[in-house]
Amino acid sequence: MADIKMLTEKATQIRKDIVTMICKSKSGHPGGSLSAADIVSALYFNEMNVDPKNPKMADRDRFVLSKGHAAPVLYAALAEKGYFDRELLGTLRKFGSPLQGHPDMKKLPGVDISTGSLGQGLSVANGMALSAKLDDKSYRVYALLGDGEVQEGQVWEAAMTAAHYNLDNVCAFLDSNNLQIDGNVDKVMGVEPLDEKWRAFGWNVIVIDGHNFEEILGALEAAKAHKGQPTMVIAKTTKGKGISFMENVCGFHGVAPTSEETDKALEELSHVECCNN
Amino acid sequence: MSKKATRQAYGEALAELGRINKDVVVLEADLSKSTKTAIFQSEFPERHFNVGIAEADLMATAAGFATTGKVAFASTFAMFAAGRGFEQIRNTIAYPKLNVKIAPTHAGISVGEDGGSHQSVEDMSLMRSIPGMVVLCPADAEETRQMVFAAAEYDGPVYLRSGRLDTEDIYKDTDYKFEIGIADTLKEGTDVTIAATGMLVHEAMEAAKTLEAEGISVRVINVSTIKPLDGPTILKAAQETKFIVTCEEHSVIGGLGGAISEFLGETHPTLIKKLGIYDQFGQSGTGNQLLDEYGLRAKDIVAKVKENM
Repeated sequence: MADIKMLTEKATQIRKDIVTMICKSKSGHPGGSLSAADIVSALYFNEMNVDPKNPKMADRDRFVLSKGHAAPVLYAALAEKGYFDRELLGTLRKFGSPLQGHPDMKKLPGVDISTGSLGQGLSVANGMALSAKLDDKSYRVYALLGDGEVQEGQVWEAAMTAAHYNLDNVCAFLDSNNLQIDGNVDKVMGVEPLDEKWRAFGWNVIVIDGHNFEEILGALEAAKAHKGQPTMVIAKTTKGKGISFMENVCGFHGVAPTSEETDKALEELSHVECCNN
Repeated sequence: MSKKATRQAYGEALAELGRINKDVVVLEADLSKSTKTAIFQSEFPERHFNVGIAEADLMATAAGFATTGKVAFASTFAMFAAGRGFEQIRNTIAYPKLNVKIAPTHAGISVGEDGGSHQSVEDMSLMRSIPGMVVLCPADAEETRQMVFAAAEYDGPVYLRSGRLDTEDIYKDTDYKFEIGIADTLKEGTDVTIAATGMLVHEAMEAAKTLEAEGISVRVINVSTIKPLDGPTILKAAQETKFIVTCEEHSVIGGLGGAISEFLGETHPTLIKKLGIYDQFGQSGTGNQLLDEYGLRAKDIVAKVKENM
Protein backbone atom coordinates (compact mmCIF):
# COMPACT_ATOMS: atom_id res chain seq x y z
CA MET A 1 0.00 0.00 0.00
CA ALA A 2 2.99 2.30 0.51
CA ASP A 3 3.60 2.18 -3.20
CA ILE A 4 0.10 3.33 -3.92
CA LYS A 5 0.39 6.26 -1.55
CA MET A 6 3.61 7.29 -3.25
CA LEU A 7 2.08 6.83 -6.71
CA THR A 8 -0.92 8.94 -5.74
CA GLU A 9 1.42 11.70 -4.66
CA LYS A 10 3.39 11.45 -7.88
CA ALA A 11 0.26 11.50 -10.00
CA THR A 12 -1.06 14.51 -8.10
CA GLN A 13 2.22 16.34 -8.60
CA ILE A 14 2.08 15.45 -12.30
CA ARG A 15 -1.47 16.83 -12.51
CA LYS A 16 -0.42 20.05 -10.81
CA ASP A 17 2.45 20.41 -13.23
CA ILE A 18 0.18 19.70 -16.21
CA VAL A 19 -2.28 22.48 -15.42
CA THR A 20 0.44 24.90 -14.34
CA MET A 21 2.57 24.47 -17.44
CA ILE A 22 -0.35 24.58 -19.86
CA CYS A 23 -1.73 27.67 -18.14
CA LYS A 24 1.66 29.34 -18.42
CA SER A 25 2.11 28.50 -22.10
CA LYS A 26 -1.54 29.42 -22.80
CA SER A 27 -1.59 26.42 -25.13
CA GLY A 28 -1.62 22.65 -24.85
CA HIS A 29 -3.84 19.65 -24.16
CA PRO A 30 -4.92 19.32 -20.52
CA GLY A 31 -7.81 16.83 -20.82
CA GLY A 32 -5.96 13.84 -22.27
CA SER A 33 -2.87 14.59 -20.20
CA LEU A 34 -4.82 14.47 -16.95
CA SER A 35 -6.64 11.27 -17.93
CA ALA A 36 -3.32 9.47 -18.43
CA ALA A 37 -1.56 10.81 -15.31
CA ASP A 38 -2.12 7.70 -13.19
CA ILE A 39 -0.95 5.29 -15.90
CA VAL A 40 2.16 7.34 -16.64
CA SER A 41 2.86 7.69 -12.93
CA ALA A 42 2.67 3.91 -12.46
CA LEU A 43 5.00 3.36 -15.41
CA TYR A 44 7.69 5.85 -14.44
CA PHE A 45 7.59 5.41 -10.65
CA ASN A 46 6.89 1.73 -10.23
CA GLU A 47 7.40 -0.19 -13.41
CA MET A 48 9.93 0.95 -15.95
CA ASN A 49 13.63 0.24 -15.73
CA VAL A 50 15.01 3.63 -16.74
CA ASP A 51 17.83 5.82 -15.51
CA PRO A 52 17.46 9.59 -15.77
CA LYS A 53 21.24 9.92 -15.46
CA ASN A 54 21.65 7.65 -18.47
CA PRO A 55 18.63 8.33 -20.68
CA LYS A 56 20.01 6.33 -23.62
CA MET A 57 20.84 3.23 -21.55
CA ALA A 58 20.69 0.40 -24.10
CA ASP A 59 18.63 -2.03 -22.06
CA ARG A 60 16.15 0.47 -20.65
CA ASP A 61 12.43 -0.08 -20.95
CA ARG A 62 10.89 2.17 -23.61
CA PHE A 63 7.87 4.41 -23.50
CA VAL A 64 6.03 5.50 -26.65
CA LEU A 65 3.52 8.29 -26.14
CA SER A 66 1.55 7.55 -29.27
CA LYS A 67 -1.03 10.19 -28.32
CA GLY A 68 1.71 12.79 -28.55
CA HIS A 69 -0.56 15.73 -27.76
CA ALA A 70 -0.54 14.49 -24.15
CA ALA A 71 3.09 15.66 -24.01
CA PRO A 72 2.57 17.55 -20.72
CA VAL A 73 1.94 14.31 -18.81
CA LEU A 74 5.21 12.90 -20.14
CA TYR A 75 7.15 16.09 -19.46
CA ALA A 76 5.83 16.29 -15.91
CA ALA A 77 6.75 12.65 -15.27
CA LEU A 78 10.25 13.07 -16.73
CA ALA A 79 10.87 16.19 -14.64
CA GLU A 80 9.62 14.45 -11.50
CA LYS A 81 11.85 11.48 -12.31
CA GLY A 82 14.85 13.78 -12.56
CA TYR A 83 15.63 13.87 -16.29
CA PHE A 84 15.83 17.65 -16.23
CA ASP A 85 15.30 20.62 -13.96
CA ARG A 86 11.61 21.08 -13.28
CA GLU A 87 12.02 24.82 -13.91
CA LEU A 88 12.03 23.79 -17.57
CA LEU A 89 8.36 22.86 -17.33
CA GLY A 90 7.58 26.56 -17.43
CA THR A 91 8.93 26.76 -20.97
CA LEU A 92 6.40 24.35 -22.48
CA ARG A 93 5.66 25.28 -26.12
CA LYS A 94 7.80 28.40 -25.87
CA PHE A 95 10.25 29.35 -28.60
CA GLY A 96 13.60 27.64 -28.05
CA SER A 97 12.28 25.20 -25.44
CA PRO A 98 13.12 21.49 -25.55
CA LEU A 99 9.53 20.97 -24.41
CA GLN A 100 7.98 21.14 -27.85
CA GLY A 101 4.23 21.08 -28.45
CA HIS A 102 4.61 17.37 -29.16
CA PRO A 103 7.51 15.22 -27.85
CA ASP A 104 10.77 15.63 -29.77
CA MET A 105 13.41 13.00 -29.00
CA LYS A 106 16.15 15.17 -30.48
CA LYS A 107 15.46 17.97 -28.05
CA LEU A 108 14.51 16.35 -24.76
CA PRO A 109 16.33 13.55 -22.92
CA GLY A 110 14.04 10.72 -21.87
CA VAL A 111 11.84 10.90 -24.96
CA ASP A 112 12.30 7.55 -26.71
CA ILE A 113 10.56 8.54 -29.95
CA SER A 114 9.15 11.74 -31.39
CA THR A 115 5.40 11.52 -31.71
CA GLY A 116 2.52 13.75 -32.68
CA SER A 117 0.68 12.56 -35.72
CA LEU A 118 -1.68 9.95 -34.37
CA GLY A 119 -1.64 6.28 -35.19
CA GLN A 120 2.08 5.70 -35.61
CA GLY A 121 3.31 4.93 -32.09
CA LEU A 122 2.33 1.29 -31.85
CA SER A 123 4.30 0.51 -35.01
CA VAL A 124 7.35 2.17 -33.48
CA ALA A 125 6.87 0.19 -30.27
CA ASN A 126 6.78 -2.99 -32.38
CA GLY A 127 10.06 -2.07 -34.05
CA MET A 128 11.69 -1.55 -30.65
CA ALA A 129 10.25 -4.82 -29.36
CA LEU A 130 11.28 -6.82 -32.44
CA SER A 131 14.79 -5.49 -32.00
CA ALA A 132 14.80 -6.63 -28.37
CA LYS A 133 13.71 -10.12 -29.43
CA LEU A 134 16.31 -10.22 -32.19
CA ASP A 135 19.10 -9.34 -29.76
CA ASP A 136 17.69 -11.47 -26.96
CA LYS A 137 17.29 -8.48 -24.67
CA SER A 138 14.79 -8.36 -21.86
CA TYR A 139 13.65 -4.77 -22.00
CA ARG A 140 9.94 -4.09 -22.42
CA VAL A 141 8.15 -1.52 -24.53
CA TYR A 142 5.17 0.45 -23.22
CA ALA A 143 2.88 2.46 -25.46
CA LEU A 144 0.03 4.80 -24.63
CA LEU A 145 -2.74 5.31 -27.17
CA GLY A 146 -5.91 7.32 -27.10
CA ASP A 147 -9.32 5.82 -27.78
CA GLY A 148 -9.95 8.33 -30.55
CA GLU A 149 -6.55 7.44 -31.94
CA VAL A 150 -7.57 3.89 -32.75
CA GLN A 151 -9.72 5.33 -35.53
CA GLU A 152 -6.43 5.58 -37.44
CA GLY A 153 -6.07 2.54 -39.69
CA GLN A 154 -2.37 2.16 -39.00
CA VAL A 155 -3.14 1.22 -35.40
CA TRP A 156 -4.74 -1.97 -36.69
CA GLU A 157 -1.83 -2.66 -39.03
CA ALA A 158 0.42 -2.45 -35.99
CA ALA A 159 -1.99 -4.57 -33.94
CA MET A 160 -1.62 -7.34 -36.52
CA THR A 161 2.16 -7.02 -36.62
CA ALA A 162 2.53 -7.24 -32.83
CA ALA A 163 0.33 -10.33 -32.64
CA HIS A 164 1.91 -11.96 -35.71
CA TYR A 165 5.38 -11.67 -34.16
CA ASN A 166 4.15 -12.71 -30.69
CA LEU A 167 5.47 -9.53 -29.14
CA ASP A 168 4.87 -10.30 -25.48
CA ASN A 169 7.39 -7.59 -24.66
CA VAL A 170 4.88 -4.98 -25.84
CA CYS A 171 2.35 -3.65 -23.36
CA ALA A 172 0.04 -0.95 -24.66
CA PHE A 173 -2.39 1.16 -22.69
CA LEU A 174 -5.53 2.52 -24.27
CA ASP A 175 -6.50 5.72 -22.47
CA SER A 176 -10.20 5.20 -22.92
CA ASN A 177 -11.78 8.48 -21.86
CA ASN A 178 -14.46 8.49 -24.59
CA LEU A 179 -13.77 12.05 -25.71
CA GLN A 180 -12.07 13.42 -28.80
CA ILE A 181 -11.90 16.93 -30.25
CA ASP A 182 -15.28 16.85 -31.95
CA GLY A 183 -17.14 15.18 -29.10
CA ASN A 184 -17.82 11.74 -27.67
CA VAL A 185 -15.83 9.01 -29.39
CA ASP A 186 -18.96 6.92 -29.87
CA LYS A 187 -20.66 9.87 -31.61
CA VAL A 188 -17.76 10.89 -33.83
CA MET A 189 -16.72 7.39 -34.91
CA GLY A 190 -17.57 4.44 -32.74
CA VAL A 191 -14.65 2.22 -31.76
CA GLU A 192 -16.36 -0.25 -29.43
CA PRO A 193 -16.23 -3.06 -28.62
CA LEU A 194 -12.57 -2.33 -27.97
CA ASP A 195 -11.85 -5.43 -25.88
CA GLU A 196 -13.32 -7.76 -28.49
CA LYS A 197 -11.53 -5.95 -31.29
CA TRP A 198 -8.10 -6.26 -29.69
CA ARG A 199 -8.77 -9.84 -28.66
CA ALA A 200 -9.80 -10.65 -32.22
CA PHE A 201 -6.54 -9.13 -33.41
CA GLY A 202 -4.64 -11.62 -31.27
CA TRP A 203 -3.91 -9.57 -28.17
CA ASN A 204 -4.12 -10.40 -24.50
CA VAL A 205 -6.67 -7.86 -23.26
CA ILE A 206 -7.10 -6.55 -19.74
CA VAL A 207 -9.79 -4.02 -18.89
CA ILE A 208 -9.21 -1.83 -15.85
CA ASP A 209 -10.16 1.39 -14.12
CA GLY A 210 -7.33 3.62 -15.32
CA HIS A 211 -7.40 5.68 -12.13
CA ASN A 212 -7.07 2.76 -9.73
CA PHE A 213 -3.42 2.03 -8.98
CA GLU A 214 -4.06 -1.47 -7.72
CA GLU A 215 -5.65 -2.29 -11.07
CA ILE A 216 -2.93 -0.54 -13.09
CA LEU A 217 -0.16 -2.36 -11.20
CA GLY A 218 -2.05 -5.63 -11.44
CA ALA A 219 -2.37 -5.22 -15.20
CA LEU A 220 1.35 -4.52 -15.54
CA GLU A 221 2.17 -7.68 -13.62
CA ALA A 222 -0.31 -9.72 -15.64
CA ALA A 223 1.14 -8.34 -18.90
CA LYS A 224 4.65 -9.38 -17.90
CA ALA A 225 3.47 -12.84 -16.95
CA HIS A 226 1.57 -13.37 -20.19
CA LYS A 227 3.68 -15.07 -22.85
CA GLY A 228 3.29 -15.27 -26.59
CA GLN A 229 0.97 -12.32 -27.10
CA PRO A 230 1.18 -8.55 -26.74
CA THR A 231 -1.01 -7.08 -24.03
CA MET A 232 -3.52 -4.29 -24.42
CA VAL A 233 -4.66 -2.69 -21.20
CA ILE A 234 -7.92 -0.91 -21.85
CA ALA A 235 -7.93 1.70 -19.14
CA LYS A 236 -11.28 3.31 -18.50
CA THR A 237 -10.42 6.87 -17.67
CA THR A 238 -12.00 10.28 -17.25
CA LYS A 239 -10.82 13.10 -19.44
CA GLY A 240 -9.64 15.96 -17.24
CA LYS A 241 -9.45 13.58 -14.26
CA GLY A 242 -8.75 15.16 -10.90
CA ILE A 243 -10.12 18.62 -11.62
CA SER A 244 -13.87 18.79 -11.15
CA PHE A 245 -14.65 21.44 -13.74
CA MET A 246 -12.47 19.79 -16.37
CA GLU A 247 -13.76 16.24 -15.98
CA ASN A 248 -15.56 14.99 -19.06
CA VAL A 249 -15.53 18.44 -20.62
CA CYS A 250 -14.69 18.13 -24.28
CA GLY A 251 -13.64 21.79 -24.45
CA PHE A 252 -10.58 21.06 -22.32
CA HIS A 253 -9.10 18.75 -24.95
CA GLY A 254 -6.86 21.42 -26.38
CA VAL A 255 -7.65 24.59 -24.48
CA ALA A 256 -5.47 26.03 -21.74
CA PRO A 257 -7.04 26.85 -18.38
CA THR A 258 -7.05 30.51 -17.35
CA SER A 259 -4.99 31.50 -14.34
CA GLU A 260 -8.16 31.60 -12.24
CA GLU A 261 -9.08 28.12 -13.35
CA THR A 262 -5.54 26.97 -12.68
CA ASP A 263 -5.65 28.33 -9.13
CA LYS A 264 -8.92 26.51 -8.59
CA ALA A 265 -7.44 23.33 -10.05
CA LEU A 266 -4.35 23.51 -7.83
CA GLU A 267 -6.55 24.10 -4.83
CA GLU A 268 -8.55 20.95 -5.64
CA LEU A 269 -5.40 18.94 -6.22
CA SER A 270 -3.92 20.06 -2.90
CA HIS A 271 -6.84 18.31 -1.20
CA VAL A 272 -6.03 15.06 -3.01
CA GLU A 273 -2.58 15.12 -1.51
CA CYS A 274 -3.98 16.00 1.86
CA CYS A 275 -6.50 13.14 1.84
CA ASN A 276 -3.86 10.58 0.94
CA ASN A 277 -1.50 11.82 3.59
CA MET B 1 27.33 -4.47 -72.46
CA SER B 2 25.46 -6.40 -69.84
CA LYS B 3 22.21 -5.35 -68.20
CA LYS B 4 20.69 -5.74 -64.80
CA ALA B 5 17.75 -4.18 -63.01
CA THR B 6 18.77 -1.88 -60.18
CA ARG B 7 16.24 -3.63 -57.90
CA GLN B 8 18.13 -6.89 -58.48
CA ALA B 9 21.40 -5.16 -57.60
CA TYR B 10 19.70 -3.74 -54.51
CA GLY B 11 18.65 -7.17 -53.26
CA GLU B 12 22.08 -8.66 -53.91
CA ALA B 13 23.88 -5.75 -52.24
CA LEU B 14 21.63 -6.01 -49.22
CA ALA B 15 22.67 -9.62 -48.69
CA GLU B 16 26.31 -8.68 -49.14
CA LEU B 17 25.89 -5.86 -46.61
CA GLY B 18 24.12 -8.19 -44.19
CA ARG B 19 27.20 -10.41 -44.06
CA ILE B 20 29.44 -7.62 -42.81
CA ASN B 21 27.00 -5.53 -40.80
CA LYS B 22 25.03 -7.53 -38.25
CA ASP B 23 22.99 -4.45 -37.29
CA VAL B 24 21.25 -4.40 -40.65
CA VAL B 25 17.57 -5.38 -40.58
CA VAL B 26 15.27 -5.43 -43.59
CA LEU B 27 11.56 -4.69 -43.52
CA GLU B 28 9.17 -5.59 -46.25
CA ALA B 29 5.47 -5.21 -47.10
CA ASP B 30 4.59 -8.39 -49.01
CA LEU B 31 6.69 -7.70 -52.09
CA SER B 32 9.94 -9.42 -51.17
CA LYS B 33 10.15 -11.31 -54.45
CA SER B 34 9.64 -8.10 -56.43
CA THR B 35 11.79 -5.82 -54.29
CA LYS B 36 14.40 -8.59 -54.15
CA THR B 37 14.73 -8.39 -50.38
CA ALA B 38 13.98 -12.13 -50.58
CA ILE B 39 17.67 -12.50 -51.44
CA PHE B 40 18.54 -11.08 -48.02
CA GLN B 41 15.75 -13.08 -46.42
CA SER B 42 17.03 -16.41 -47.68
CA GLU B 43 20.38 -15.77 -46.05
CA PHE B 44 19.23 -13.91 -42.93
CA PRO B 45 15.63 -14.92 -42.22
CA GLU B 46 15.90 -13.77 -38.59
CA ARG B 47 16.72 -10.22 -39.70
CA HIS B 48 13.99 -9.94 -42.34
CA PHE B 49 10.55 -8.76 -41.19
CA ASN B 50 7.45 -8.81 -43.34
CA VAL B 51 4.67 -6.62 -41.96
CA GLY B 52 2.21 -7.56 -44.68
CA ILE B 53 0.46 -5.11 -46.97
CA ALA B 54 0.82 -2.20 -44.57
CA GLU B 55 3.20 0.52 -45.73
CA ALA B 56 2.49 3.00 -42.94
CA ASP B 57 3.27 0.29 -40.40
CA LEU B 58 6.37 -0.65 -42.42
CA MET B 59 7.88 2.83 -42.11
CA ALA B 60 7.11 3.41 -38.43
CA THR B 61 8.26 -0.09 -37.45
CA ALA B 62 11.55 0.61 -39.23
CA ALA B 63 11.78 3.80 -37.16
CA GLY B 64 11.36 1.76 -33.97
CA PHE B 65 14.21 -0.52 -35.01
CA ALA B 66 16.42 2.49 -35.72
CA THR B 67 15.90 3.89 -32.21
CA THR B 68 17.54 0.75 -30.86
CA GLY B 69 20.68 1.09 -32.99
CA LYS B 70 19.70 -0.96 -36.00
CA VAL B 71 20.26 0.10 -39.60
CA ALA B 72 16.78 -0.48 -40.96
CA PHE B 73 16.11 -0.87 -44.69
CA ALA B 74 12.40 -0.59 -45.58
CA SER B 75 11.33 -1.70 -49.03
CA THR B 76 8.18 -1.66 -51.09
CA PHE B 77 7.24 -0.09 -54.44
CA ALA B 78 8.14 3.60 -54.77
CA MET B 79 4.48 4.56 -55.14
CA PHE B 80 3.58 3.07 -51.77
CA ALA B 81 6.77 4.06 -49.96
CA ALA B 82 6.82 7.75 -50.86
CA GLY B 83 3.07 8.04 -51.31
CA ARG B 84 1.33 6.06 -48.62
CA GLY B 85 4.27 6.24 -46.24
CA PHE B 86 4.88 9.95 -46.66
CA GLU B 87 3.79 11.19 -43.28
CA GLN B 88 5.34 8.27 -41.44
CA ILE B 89 8.60 8.99 -43.26
CA ARG B 90 8.35 12.70 -42.53
CA ASN B 91 7.30 12.65 -38.89
CA THR B 92 8.56 9.38 -37.49
CA ILE B 93 11.73 8.82 -39.55
CA ALA B 94 13.06 12.17 -40.79
CA TYR B 95 11.87 14.52 -38.03
CA PRO B 96 13.85 12.56 -35.40
CA LYS B 97 16.60 11.94 -38.02
CA LEU B 98 16.48 8.19 -37.56
CA ASN B 99 18.76 5.77 -39.32
CA VAL B 100 16.21 4.33 -41.74
CA LYS B 101 16.96 3.62 -45.38
CA ILE B 102 13.80 3.79 -47.42
CA ALA B 103 14.71 1.69 -50.42
CA PRO B 104 11.79 1.44 -52.81
CA THR B 105 11.90 -0.40 -56.09
CA HIS B 106 9.67 -0.07 -59.16
CA ALA B 107 10.17 3.67 -59.48
CA GLY B 108 9.30 5.56 -62.65
CA ILE B 109 7.18 4.68 -65.65
CA SER B 110 9.33 1.75 -66.79
CA VAL B 111 7.48 -0.34 -64.20
CA GLY B 112 5.31 -0.89 -67.23
CA GLU B 113 2.18 -2.97 -67.46
CA ASP B 114 0.73 -2.25 -64.03
CA GLY B 115 -0.16 1.17 -65.39
CA GLY B 116 -0.34 4.71 -64.12
CA SER B 117 -1.46 3.79 -60.60
CA HIS B 118 1.86 2.02 -60.04
CA GLN B 119 4.20 4.37 -61.87
CA SER B 120 5.76 6.67 -59.32
CA VAL B 121 6.91 9.87 -61.02
CA GLU B 122 6.49 12.09 -57.95
CA ASP B 123 8.49 10.22 -55.32
CA MET B 124 11.75 12.15 -55.60
CA SER B 125 9.85 15.41 -55.40
CA LEU B 126 8.04 14.29 -52.24
CA MET B 127 11.17 12.97 -50.59
CA ARG B 128 13.33 15.93 -51.62
CA SER B 129 11.00 18.31 -49.81
CA ILE B 130 11.50 16.56 -46.46
CA PRO B 131 14.16 18.33 -44.38
CA GLY B 132 17.39 16.36 -44.13
CA MET B 133 16.33 13.53 -46.43
CA VAL B 134 19.06 12.20 -48.74
CA VAL B 135 17.66 11.21 -52.14
CA LEU B 136 19.58 8.75 -54.32
CA CYS B 137 18.82 7.41 -57.80
CA PRO B 138 21.39 4.96 -59.21
CA ALA B 139 22.39 4.77 -62.87
CA ASP B 140 23.16 1.06 -62.91
CA ALA B 141 23.69 -2.09 -60.89
CA GLU B 142 27.21 -1.27 -59.71
CA GLU B 143 26.20 2.18 -58.52
CA THR B 144 23.19 0.68 -56.73
CA ARG B 145 25.49 -1.72 -54.93
CA GLN B 146 27.80 1.07 -53.82
CA MET B 147 24.85 3.22 -52.77
CA VAL B 148 23.54 0.50 -50.47
CA PHE B 149 26.87 0.48 -48.65
CA ALA B 150 27.14 4.28 -48.60
CA ALA B 151 23.58 4.58 -47.27
CA ALA B 152 24.35 2.10 -44.49
CA GLU B 153 27.45 4.11 -43.55
CA TYR B 154 25.53 7.38 -43.50
CA ASP B 155 23.84 8.20 -40.19
CA GLY B 156 20.32 9.37 -41.01
CA PRO B 157 17.39 8.90 -43.37
CA VAL B 158 18.07 8.00 -46.99
CA TYR B 159 15.71 7.40 -49.91
CA LEU B 160 17.30 4.99 -52.40
CA ARG B 161 15.23 4.59 -55.53
CA SER B 162 15.58 1.61 -57.85
CA GLY B 163 13.77 0.35 -60.91
CA ARG B 164 12.23 -2.78 -62.30
CA LEU B 165 13.58 -2.78 -65.83
CA ASP B 166 17.01 -4.08 -66.80
CA THR B 167 19.44 -1.19 -66.99
CA GLU B 168 22.60 -0.96 -69.11
CA ASP B 169 25.85 -1.05 -67.17
CA ILE B 170 27.68 2.24 -66.80
CA TYR B 171 30.19 1.42 -64.09
CA LYS B 172 30.93 -2.29 -64.39
CA ASP B 173 34.67 -2.95 -64.42
CA THR B 174 35.54 0.67 -63.67
CA ASP B 175 37.18 2.14 -60.59
CA TYR B 176 34.18 4.39 -59.91
CA LYS B 177 33.59 5.21 -56.28
CA PHE B 178 30.15 6.53 -55.38
CA GLU B 179 29.92 9.18 -52.70
CA ILE B 180 26.71 10.73 -51.38
CA GLY B 181 26.40 14.28 -52.71
CA ILE B 182 28.94 13.90 -55.53
CA ALA B 183 27.85 13.86 -59.18
CA ASP B 184 30.01 11.99 -61.66
CA THR B 185 31.10 13.75 -64.83
CA LEU B 186 31.18 10.85 -67.27
CA LYS B 187 32.26 12.91 -70.23
CA GLU B 188 33.69 16.40 -70.65
CA GLY B 189 32.30 18.80 -73.25
CA THR B 190 31.84 22.51 -73.91
CA ASP B 191 28.65 23.08 -75.90
CA VAL B 192 25.96 21.48 -73.79
CA THR B 193 25.64 19.60 -70.50
CA ILE B 194 23.34 16.63 -70.25
CA ALA B 195 22.58 15.99 -66.59
CA ALA B 196 20.84 12.66 -66.17
CA THR B 197 19.80 10.35 -63.37
CA GLY B 198 18.80 6.70 -63.10
CA MET B 199 18.53 4.61 -66.23
CA LEU B 200 18.51 7.74 -68.37
CA VAL B 201 22.25 8.10 -67.81
CA HIS B 202 22.73 5.40 -70.40
CA GLU B 203 20.43 7.25 -72.83
CA ALA B 204 22.41 10.43 -72.19
CA MET B 205 25.67 8.67 -73.10
CA GLU B 206 24.13 7.31 -76.30
CA ALA B 207 22.83 10.79 -77.17
CA ALA B 208 26.29 12.25 -76.57
CA LYS B 209 27.80 9.82 -79.10
CA THR B 210 25.34 10.90 -81.77
CA LEU B 211 25.80 14.58 -81.04
CA GLU B 212 29.60 14.35 -80.96
CA ALA B 213 29.48 12.68 -84.38
CA GLU B 214 27.72 15.80 -85.57
CA GLY B 215 30.33 18.09 -84.06
CA ILE B 216 28.55 19.11 -80.88
CA SER B 217 30.70 18.90 -77.75
CA VAL B 218 28.70 17.30 -74.96
CA ARG B 219 29.33 17.03 -71.23
CA VAL B 220 27.46 14.21 -69.49
CA ILE B 221 26.92 14.22 -65.73
CA ASN B 222 25.39 11.39 -63.75
CA VAL B 223 23.57 13.15 -60.93
CA SER B 224 22.85 10.13 -58.78
CA THR B 225 22.43 12.14 -55.59
CA ILE B 226 19.38 14.30 -56.19
CA LYS B 227 19.72 15.68 -52.67
CA PRO B 228 22.06 17.08 -51.51
CA LEU B 229 22.73 18.30 -55.02
CA ASP B 230 26.39 18.55 -56.09
CA GLY B 231 26.38 22.34 -56.46
CA PRO B 232 30.01 22.83 -57.54
CA THR B 233 29.76 20.30 -60.39
CA ILE B 234 26.47 21.75 -61.63
CA LEU B 235 27.69 25.33 -61.34
CA LYS B 236 30.87 24.47 -63.27
CA ALA B 237 28.79 22.89 -66.02
CA ALA B 238 26.55 25.96 -66.18
CA GLN B 239 29.58 28.21 -66.48
CA GLU B 240 31.44 26.11 -69.02
CA THR B 241 28.64 25.00 -71.36
CA LYS B 242 25.89 26.98 -73.08
CA PHE B 243 22.87 25.27 -71.59
CA ILE B 244 21.77 22.19 -69.65
CA VAL B 245 19.43 19.37 -70.56
CA THR B 246 18.13 17.34 -67.62
CA CYS B 247 16.87 13.77 -68.06
CA GLU B 248 14.89 11.75 -65.53
CA GLU B 249 12.27 9.08 -65.33
CA HIS B 250 10.22 11.30 -63.05
CA SER B 251 8.04 14.37 -63.20
CA VAL B 252 9.85 17.49 -64.37
CA ILE B 253 8.34 19.05 -61.24
CA GLY B 254 10.52 18.64 -58.20
CA GLY B 255 12.96 15.98 -59.36
CA LEU B 256 16.38 16.38 -60.96
CA GLY B 257 15.29 19.10 -63.37
CA GLY B 258 13.56 20.92 -60.57
CA ALA B 259 16.55 20.63 -58.26
CA ILE B 260 19.01 21.95 -60.84
CA SER B 261 16.63 24.77 -61.84
CA GLU B 262 16.20 25.82 -58.22
CA PHE B 263 19.94 25.80 -57.64
CA LEU B 264 21.02 27.61 -60.80
CA GLY B 265 18.16 30.08 -60.58
CA GLU B 266 19.87 31.50 -57.52
CA THR B 267 23.50 31.02 -58.46
CA HIS B 268 23.93 31.23 -62.23
CA PRO B 269 20.74 31.63 -64.28
CA THR B 270 21.09 29.17 -67.12
CA LEU B 271 18.85 27.84 -69.86
CA ILE B 272 17.60 24.44 -68.61
CA LYS B 273 15.59 22.12 -70.84
CA LYS B 274 13.96 19.17 -69.16
CA LEU B 275 13.20 15.64 -70.29
CA GLY B 276 10.81 13.90 -67.96
CA ILE B 277 7.12 13.43 -67.38
CA TYR B 278 5.15 16.61 -68.05
CA ASP B 279 2.29 16.82 -65.55
CA GLN B 280 0.57 13.61 -66.52
CA PHE B 281 0.02 10.08 -65.30
CA GLY B 282 1.48 7.04 -66.99
CA GLN B 283 -0.37 4.13 -68.58
CA SER B 284 0.01 0.41 -69.24
CA GLY B 285 2.57 -0.83 -71.70
CA THR B 286 5.99 -2.41 -71.62
CA GLY B 287 8.66 -0.35 -69.92
CA ASN B 288 10.38 0.19 -73.22
CA GLN B 289 7.18 1.29 -74.97
CA LEU B 290 6.60 3.83 -72.23
CA LEU B 291 10.13 5.21 -72.37
CA ASP B 292 9.52 5.73 -76.11
CA GLU B 293 6.06 7.22 -75.62
CA TYR B 294 7.14 9.75 -72.99
CA GLY B 295 10.22 10.84 -74.91
CA LEU B 296 12.89 9.52 -72.61
CA ARG B 297 15.23 8.06 -75.24
CA ALA B 298 18.62 9.06 -76.58
CA LYS B 299 16.98 10.34 -79.77
CA ASP B 300 14.73 12.61 -77.69
CA ILE B 301 17.76 14.00 -75.88
CA VAL B 302 19.48 14.58 -79.22
CA ALA B 303 16.45 16.44 -80.52
CA LYS B 304 16.22 18.57 -77.38
CA VAL B 305 19.88 19.54 -77.62
CA LYS B 306 19.66 20.39 -81.32
CA GLU B 307 16.53 22.51 -80.82
CA ASN B 308 18.43 24.71 -78.43
CA MET B 309 21.86 24.92 -80.01
